[in-house]
Amino acid sequence: MAAKVIAGTPVEVNEEGYLVDASQWNRDMATEIAREVDIQELTDDHWKVIDFLRRDAEEKGGSPTIRRLKKAGGIDTKLLYELFPGGPLKKATKIAGLPKPASCI
Amino acid sequence: MKNLLILGAGTAGTMMATHLNRKLDKKEWRITIVDQHKTHYYQPGFLFIPFDLYKEKDVIKAKTEFIPKGVTYIQERIDIIDHENNQVSLANGDSLAYDILIIATGSRIVPDEIEGLNGPGWRSNVFDFYTIEGAAALRDRLAGWEGGRFVVHLSEMPIKCPVAPLEFTFLAEAFFHKRGIRDNVQMTYVTPLSGAFTKQNCSTVLGYLLDEKGITLVPDFDVERVDEENNVIRSYEDEEVPYDLLVTVPTNMGDAVIERSGLGDDLNFVPTDIHTLQSKAQENIFVIGDATDLPSSKAGSVAHFQADVLTHNILSYIQGKEMTASFDGHANCFIESGFGKAFLIDFNYEYEPVEGTFPLPGIGPFTLLRETRINHLGKLAFRHMYWHILLRGLPMPGITTHMTKIGKKL
Ligand SMILES: Cc1cc2nc3c(=O)[nH]c(=O)nc-3n(C[C@H](O)[C@H](O)[C@H](O)COP(=O)(O)OP(=O)(O)OC[C@H]3O[C@@H](n4cnc5c(N)ncnc54)[C@H](O)[C@@H]3O)c2cc1C
Repeated sequence: MAAKVIAGTPVEVNEEGYLVDASQWNRDMATEIAREVDIQELTDDHWKVIDFLRRDAEEKGGSPTIRRLKKAGGIDTKLLYELFPGGPLKKATKIAGLPKPASCI
Repeated sequence: MKNLLILGAGTAGTMMATHLNRKLDKKEWRITIVDQHKTHYYQPGFLFIPFDLYKEKDVIKAKTEFIPKGVTYIQERIDIIDHENNQVSLANGDSLAYDILIIATGSRIVPDEIEGLNGPGWRSNVFDFYTIEGAAALRDRLAGWEGGRFVVHLSEMPIKCPVAPLEFTFLAEAFFHKRGIRDNVQMTYVTPLSGAFTKQNCSTVLGYLLDEKGITLVPDFDVERVDEENNVIRSYEDEEVPYDLLVTVPTNMGDAVIERSGLGDDLNFVPTDIHTLQSKAQENIFVIGDATDLPSSKAGSVAHFQADVLTHNILSYIQGKEMTASFDGHANCFIESGFGKAFLIDFNYEYEPVEGTFPLPGIGPFTLLRETRINHLGKLAFRHMYWHILLRGLPMPGITTHMTKIGKKL
């Protein structure tokens, strides 16, 4: 665990840079974290994903899945990979200030 | 009379019937168990069928052999669980009322979840080994196979017995050696995970095995579709892996009855309290085995540990007491590595697999996280234990419900 300043706000992040407390997140931070994971600009499509993840985490809790993004969020999987190349869930949750999804056991 | 109803007479449901038959007051409780099939499959044995090490007859017995007298067995498909009205409807139109319900309907493969998988190549040069039909079809194909690109592929997590695809790969490698065609086979292992093993610690300690056996690892591969015309699997990021023979573990899901009943998550697994095993939907519904959404492994050994916890908690629930028994995520799995050797891992929610001895600290006879011959004998002995000890609800010698930390290098 470490303290870090993102978009002018001091926050706690874990070893992999994920926010420890999702409630500390704001939209400016998303833009800055996105650059860290090599996404230079957040388009409306990116925001659709981020907003869905935030809403779903609040309402349902638990870990998001690609299947859930498609079924409940109406987000096309192919598009998701284009938006967040190299691990859409890992990147999108990080940008959304949420915990890294528990991939599996 | 009150009714306790168990759905599914596989590993977990059968164990619960046995335990509760011993513990519940029969003047007060009637126990009923429902399953669609006549046959009980020893699923861990499917792994050995493609290599002709086990025959079909080694893995099947009649379900009724394991249902205790005093428990009513109904062979019928379950249509819907009406959990608002404490009632279950069967495909033949009958309905069963319950006071307590245990869901043990397991998980199954759903090839249709991956585009193109269930096409013309299915069971011709594309196989699964998670069903007895798939394992047997693969055996017939492998018997005359001359070599080529052999790809073992894992679609998405979670799957039951998460180590089975790797074990399969190691056994296949040994099998090709034995048949004298290893030099003609290029072996590739494709996984959506970042490493070969689902547990980080295992990948670190055991990752060398793939290298040593000359098996190429393709990690982080999220399959988009199987192109059976061109014999390639393609990822969402447009990576391609060509094959001549593809052995895949398709998406695993809970039974469709869970979806029809509105009781499941996106994969039809039932949201369940990770410690008490009570469903999150209703307090008189409990869930065990592969049907749960728990982050523990989906394995027979896990169901066995859960059964002890759940029996205790159901008795508490009936008496109106607090449910104090707590499942810790304990799993214990042998991993076949080929050439008569195997590994053993033992872990829970909190602790990853580590080195040490098992079940007796400092003595063993099994060695954790190391390849030994005796571990392999343990794996083979598991079949006997399964039929005669596990399903009969007897304690496994020396093995405790909760993971023990003694004898381990934590
Ligand atoms: C290839 C392979 C290798 C494995 N290796 C190992 C191993 O080495 N060690 C280990 O511990 N575990 C292993 N497992 C996992 C183990 O077999 C399962 O975890 C275990 O059987 C789960 O028990 P269960 O009772 O939850 O489900 P199951 O035993 O699958 O039982 C579910 C039952 O519910 C019934 N059912 C479902 N839906 C309905 C319906 N709608 N109507 C009526 N009946 C229904 C089914 O017919 C079935 O009988 C392996 C599995 C496979 C496939």
